[in-house]
Amino acid sequence: MIIPLLTAGIFCSLYAFKNNPSAGRQIHPPTTDPDNAGLKLPSGFGALVVADSIGKARHLVVTKEGNLYVKLAKPVKEKGIIYLKDKNGDGRMDEQSGFGNYGGTGLYLKDGVLYASSNDEVFSYQLDEKNEVSNQNNPSKLITKLKKGRQHDTKSIVLDNSGNIYVNIGAYSNSCQEKDRTPGSPGMKGCPILDSAGGIWQFKANKLNQSYGDGIRYATGIRNVVGLDWNQQNNTLFVMQHGRDQLNGLWPDLYDEKKSALLPAECLYMLKKGDNAGWPYIYYDQYQKKNIQAPEYGGDGKKEGSKEYINPALAFPGHLAPNGLLFYTGNQFPEKYRNGAFIAFHGSWNRTPEKQEGFYVVFAPFKDGQPTGEWEIFADGFAGTDNVMSPRDAKHRPCGLAQGPDGSLYVTDDVKGTVYRILYNGK
Amino acid sequence: MKKLLLTALLVLPLAFFAQAQKTNKAISSPAAARDQILEGKKVYSKFCASCHQLDGGGVPNLNPPLSKTTYVLGDKSRLIKIILNGSNESLEIDGETYSNPMPQLDILKDQEIADVLTYIRNSFGNKATAVTSPEVKAQRSKKK
Repeated sequence: MIIPLLTAGIFCSLYAFKNNPSAGRQIHPPTTDPDNAGLKLPSGFGALVVADSIGKARHLVVTKEGNLYVKLAKPVKEKGIIYLKDKNGDGRMDEQSGFGNYGGTGLYLKDGVLYASSNDEVFSYQLDEKNEVSNQNNPSKLITKLKKGRQHDTKSIVLDNSGNIYVNIGAYSNSCQEKDRTPGSPGMKGCPILDSAGGIWQFKANKLNQSYGDGIRYATGIRNVVGLDWNQQNNTLFVMQHGRDQLNGLWPDLYDEKKSALLPAECLYMLKKGDNAGWPYIYYDQYQKKNIQAPEYGGDGKKEGSKEYINPALAFPGHLAPNGLLFYTGNQFPEKYRNGAFIAFHGSWNRTPEKQEGFYVVFAPFKDGQPTGEWEIFADGFAGTDNVMSPRDAKHRPCGLAQGPDGSLYVTDDVKGTVYRILYNGK
Repeated sequence: MKKLLLTALLVLPLAFFAQAQKTNKAISSPAAARDQILEGKKVYSKFCASCHQLDGGGVPNLNPPLSKTTYVLGDKSRLIKIILNGSNESLEIDGETYSNPMPQLDILKDQEIADVLTYIRNSFGNKATAVTSPEVKAQRSKKK
């Protein structure tokens, strides 16, 4: 333990020396924080806090100039999108402004346009040659009147390479029970939620005032998605589903507390047009490696679900709450990271009385657009403690992910509003 | 003298404790309230803890906290009704809103509801009077 620490210490000092700031010069890459911003990272990686206390920071994008746009869940001083600039080139953001007086989660940048979502609409902002927004108060309204329940109301967005935008519309329910989250209540027959939620919808990225009639339900049976990304290697949409809650609380005769803490899997799905991932009728059991019939629909924990539902591309332990997904296409990190997936897990609440889990960023390697099946914790320590019994114990919770022009990985935290930058400085 | 002081130090807190117990007795019916808290804790673990958490802290943005809120410490009939009817409206506590619905838990018996509410009103930093089974019964009959 001591030796790696010492090595890291010496390395950091050397590194800091190498990058000693000199007046007016663009420093690149920046020096990392002495404690790597409190994060535990693989050997050779370092981290710094680039911004702090900006609000409930959700998804973010980085411009090619290295400036950041961050979407806030709730506007601060009537600003729901924060723009952060690094004026002196030390890697830390030193100028903050904002616009867009609406809360939300989704943010995406493609071909000189910034896309942002509230919890029921999607807007676009034209960027100028410096990637700055000139029409801050007059965005184009692309999509409107999307279903917004009280649960799972955020709308995450991503674009493909053919002019389409994909929007998650979360199911406003846990498992489509007749009485939501009520012990023993059966599932509604032909879950009516699925007509306008519980899936991914596809719209045109350049058409105004679209709603359900203008888009298509691209994939269904997906309870709620916050993290999603377009895989450029196989030109396909990938999403991370938030799996259902409370197997033990609602069906104590079928699931004990320990099982309920681990089940069902948090699933990474590769989605093609027309796919159905099976919510609320099934959930994926990562131990039996099968879609299992949900107890609300006659399941007993073993009965297999219908074959019409797709299987996940990769399955993670239950309730970790994946809020960010990013395919890494940079050159800064070592070869194994290229085209692999980073996933930001917000951390669980539904494992009580067991310890809560998550609060970290995971890496899953990919080969030819498919996950290899392995995954590992990449960045940990956001919570500030190893023992989170209740989510309120976590000091920071990872949410959004973005890649910088130099290949650095940015991570937001929506508790304190911290933005982290992780970079590779090993050899 | 030393001995006396030591005795005083040992006895005084006990005396205060006894006094405190007496005061409690004056407010509600005593040993019964203690039993209610113990029984209430069992109901809490089974039906409440998964959302409101073992420490009553709730889950930010999703499930409201139960510590020192007017919903818990204020009007008992409103509190009893939340259990009997459930709740699916945005409630705001200290500027934060919570999005998950509260399920209707009218499957619980009057005594179980009285016990769990007494436990909640006397845990997580809360201190408030017990809820009794007749109080729950009264609300349940109003509902019908």
